Amino acid sequence: MARALPATDVVIVGLGWTGSILAQELTQAGQRVVALERGAWRNTATDFPTTFAQDELRYHIRHSLFLKPAQETLTFRNNASQTALPIRTWGSFMPPNGVGGGGVHWNGQTWRFNPTDFRLRSHLTERYGAAALPDDMTIQDWDVSYDELEPHYDRFEYLCGTAGLAGNIAGKIQPGGNPFEGPRARGYPTPAMQQPFAPTLFAAAARESGYHPFPQPSGNMSQAYTNPLGVKLGPCTYCGFCEWFGCGNYSKASPQTTILPVLTRHPNFTARTQCEVTRINTDSTGKRATGVTYIDAAGEEWEQPAEMVLLCAFQIFNVRLLLLSGIGTPYDPVANTGVIGRNYSYQTTSGVDAFFADKNFNPFVASGAVGMLIDDFNGDNFDHAGLGFVGGGFMGAAQTGGRPILGTLTPPGTPAWGAAWKQAVAENYQSSYSFSTHGSSCSYRGNHLDLDPTYTDPHVRKLLRMNFDLHPNELKMSAFLTDRLGEIVQKMGPRQLVKHPRTGPYSVTPYQTTHLCGGAVMGADPRTSALNRYLQSWDVPNLFVMGATAFPQNAGYNPTGTVGALAYWAADAIKSRYLKSPGPLVPA
Amino acid sequence: MNPHRSGRWAARITAAALLLMPIAGHAADPAQVAQGRYLAVAGDCAGCHTAPGGAAYAGGVAIQTPFGALISPNITPDPKTGIGGMSDAQFLQAMHEGVGRPGHLYPAFPYPYFTKVSDADVLAIHAWLTTLPPVRYKIQSNQLPFPFSIRASMRVWNTLHFTQGRFVPDAGKSAAWNRGASLVQGLGHCGACHTAKNSLGGDETGSPLQGGVLDQWLAPNLTGDIHTGIGGWSVAHSTSQMTDQDRLAIATYLKDQPGQPATAPPAVAGAVMQLGAVVYDQQCAACQTARGTGVDGLAPAFAHAPGVLAPDPINLVRAVLLGAKSVATDTAPTGAAMPAFGWKLTDQQIAAVLSYIRASWGNAAAPVDADQVHTLRGSLTAAAH
Amino acid sequence: MQVVAGGWMFFTPEEAALVEVLVDRLIPPDPATPGGKEAGVAVFIDRQLAGPYGSATALYMRPPFADGLPNQGPQSPLTPASRCRQALAALDRHTSDAFAGRIFRQIPETEQIAVIQRMESGSLMLNGSNGRAFFEMLLQHTKEGFFADPIYGGNRGMAAWRMIGFPGAHYDYRDWVGRHNERYPKPPVGLSGSAT
Repeated sequence: MARALPATDVVIVGLGWTGSILAQELTQAGQRVVALERGAWRNTATDFPTTFAQDELRYHIRHSLFLKPAQETLTFRNNASQTALPIRTWGSFMPPNGVGGGGVHWNGQTWRFNPTDFRLRSHLTERYGAAALPDDMTIQDWDVSYDELEPHYDRFEYLCGTAGLAGNIAGKIQPGGNPFEGPRARGYPTPAMQQPFAPTLFAAAARESGYHPFPQPSGNMSQAYTNPLGVKLGPCTYCGFCEWFGCGNYSKASPQTTILPVLTRHPNFTARTQCEVTRINTDSTGKRATGVTYIDAAGEEWEQPAEMVLLCAFQIFNVRLLLLSGIGTPYDPVANTGVIGRNYSYQTTSGVDAFFADKNFNPFVASGAVGMLIDDFNGDNFDHAGLGFVGGGFMGAAQTGGRPILGTLTPPGTPAWGAAWKQAVAENYQSSYSFSTHGSSCSYRGNHLDLDPTYTDPHVRKLLRMNFDLHPNELKMSAFLTDRLGEIVQKMGPRQLVKHPRTGPYSVTPYQTTHLCGGAVMGADPRTSALNRYLQSWDVPNLFVMGATAFPQNAGYNPTGTVGALAYWAADAIKSRYLKSPGPLVPA
Repeated sequence: MNPHRSGRWAARITAAALLLMPIAGHAADPAQVAQGRYLAVAGDCAGCHTAPGGAAYAGGVAIQTPFGALISPNITPDPKTGIGGMSDAQFLQAMHEGVGRPGHLYPAFPYPYFTKVSDADVLAIHAWLTTLPPVRYKIQSNQLPFPFSIRASMRVWNTLHFTQGRFVPDAGKSAAWNRGASLVQGLGHCGACHTAKNSLGGDETGSPLQGGVLDQWLAPNLTGDIHTGIGGWSVAHSTSQMTDQDRLAIATYLKDQPGQPATAPPAVAGAVMQLGAVVYDQQCAACQTARGTGVDGLAPAFAHAPGVLAPDPINLVRAVLLGAKSVATDTAPTGAAMPAFGWKLTDQQIAAVLSYIRASWGNAAAPVDADQVHTLRGSLTAAAH
Repeated sequence: MQVVAGGWMFFTPEEAALVEVLVDRLIPPDPATPGGKEAGVAVFIDRQLAGPYGSATALYMRPPFADGLPNQGPQSPLTPASRCRQALAALDRHTSDAFAGRIFRQIPETEQIAVIQRMESGSLMLNGSNGRAFFEMLLQHTKEGFFADPIYGGNRGMAAWRMIGFPGAHYDYRDWVGRHNERYPKPPVGLSGSAT
């Protein structure tokens, strides 16, 4: 039986990016905030210092910073004809854990979505006609516009000190930036990262091809930066241990390096770590959240009453908590009704490996978000007429590390082991390069999340079940993007080039990205969305759900910039409207 | 008012009721209370009298000294467990003479410094303390071995190390200098840490304040571990809350103090510099930069840094062995930290890299001896067990 | 600091001898760079299997277990340590049957390579199941041991990093971002310092 704790104003489930942002905004607004985090507290100097952060085996191979599947995992199948089985060890994606969440071990690639991404169905229907979209494609508009989010993108970028070169300031195209981006009110807070050899060569080849290369926007600092909260970040040293790793010298934007030093000083803020929330509690009407129940590290069960509940866990775990708590109607893919678990989407990645005769790339001189990219084939930046697909992605040369266990390439035909393999590794390590595309992922009726009927976690609660496969639209898109990338790379003069377009069926084994999206999406219609435009639950108005959980489908960009912008957007609505008059911010 | 006279009855008075009671002998002068609060924060009473996570000023902080652990008392106005019963005269006697209700106080309570504080300032502090919410919190006894457990033994100590008397301004100096001097010598009790101590924990009066910025880390002085244990408290509550005027006054006074005579440092051997450069490149450059410039607000610059050039490099050695954390404040919240290197660098490597830092970028300080690293490593390891 | 093989922590001496041969076939020595055995790869695998990785403490190990499809990921009810131990025994049983009582390390090198190739192609059955799963695990462990930081027992003297020019745990390349097409000259450094 759970013991009840004194009530608080706000309880936050998960202390990553969105939990930290919301806690900071709401404590400043005078709210008493309790954050519950099921992982451990993490500090730079004690948990990933420069003395041992650069350990490929520990962090990348053995997943030291991530959630352990033993604590919670999910089951997976491509479609309803299969039996879902548990993901026993992580592969395709890496769920985060601990204070800072994915903000600790992300690459720092800090993007804005395109203006058309936010009204995707309307835009595509207007331009190509409704018939261009497959029947089972369930993409929809977000009910929030790029222009509405712009100030909140700006806040997140200035919090992080994002390094980049603007392409569009107030409608005026800027030389060297991404000309396809939506207009921004001002430039990035810090200049773009310095570019290594391969991205520089790629940019020249892309320019020669008539495209518009620009430096990747980066949450790793091009120079020291003090953010508006007074927290300082150091300059990135291009150490090459970024994604999968914590940053040892305060140069990657994370909750630890941008918010927590200020938030933890606030008397209204309490964080409890190693406390796993098991349920969002509601009153007898089911229309009001009364708080949450959680289990602490000693196995004791507690109830934390609160006036407001903010779900700020990783995408899939937000969806699971909603399902386990009986909040909202679960999605039924056959009847196409219900909203919780609906519109799960992912990211469609692919690559081109190239082998050069006369180049030395120093691949280890790297950072999570250093690279030269083009956006000419993202979103609807190009005419899709006759292509047989919608969507797109950015592509280019992003240099994230030369870590050797997983980072060695050998030319096609090389054996996987033995003397020939060893020689090929030695010859190609410095002179080979993986170029990549990063494509969108539309939502479909069959791609959804629900509770597994068989498998449970250590508390004997049902695991989430992922039903997901790649659809012809995404496979065609990936082939197209990979071909365009191959054409540019070919201009760089490689000895050999190998294209790896994404192929089906979707597999949970090889790493692709951790950009899991949807499952409790935002929108204008309570029949097709779990949340209104302010990320407020249609069913339980004192519950807000943050993160990529709210994306109706995923665009061809990394999600964190949009996740941060939505968090500030929701915080703004809570502070300026909800606290004054708690209740639905949009009439249902 | 003396609640002790009332015995059991007084013990039942609730905290709220106490707050409402008029306090005999104290005019309710808001200006005096405000002045007292400012002084108490500047003097960092909370540093010793508030346990981390505990009630404000309720004491209970264990202060490790070479003679054993002292437990700071409750200084809230609780009549039974705090200083609720103290008269102004008793409070003055405690602050100026080190004599309290249990008898002689131990000089971990820096009365040898507070004796310089004017009566008006002491009374202002008392006035402010009596406005605090009383906290019923009985602290556990001190843990001193014989003979230090006998409070009367402090009489002997006092005759050796304690000179009573208020601060006397120097007419030949500016008002700012005198204000700074009174803060440093008195309420700020700076020398409690920054002046080296003799074997009985008294000040080496011949070299006041020459202990070096972080000397308290190891020098066996009475207040030794106070600030390593609660360093964050100390700065967050004391000097960071002073007025700019007072901070300038302290700087005026300190910059006028005589230092050590300059001597030419011995040269560092080429092989040591070579090893030091390699270790620096591999272990230090990522945060400190290849040219030792540091990063403003995150990692200190090394060139011409007094802390780097101090004659005794013990604090540098300690930082490398154990790591170090900068203090976060409201205006500088980052609180960046340096990780420990003791587990991965040898005594020779640490000595070499520190010698390299002390002799590079225009620095010219004596090399660091591997034996000193070895000795400190040993004593720190022993202290941890 | 160098990890010294102070006795095997997981393997029996027989198993260790077999693994040392296997890792030397997967990564053979050459004049410039040691092979798997001399690089300490068998020591690395031994330590890994003796630790939390070997006993699968982080993995989801709740029943029911089913084979599933390849794209559903590994579904073995066995820990990596158990899988390795069973497969090593099965491998020696196989060669003993096929080569007149000789265990794997006693057959000629060319035959050893042929047996590994049959595991890789999936044509060799071990313990009644496809030998490819064990081959993949063994190859992954071998590459991990060859390229991981030397604190884990393999990559002795940072030989694998020297072979490819990876500087290891260096944490600052600011001076090198702009130096295009130029080989980085400094020797590698491990988490516990230089090799020398």
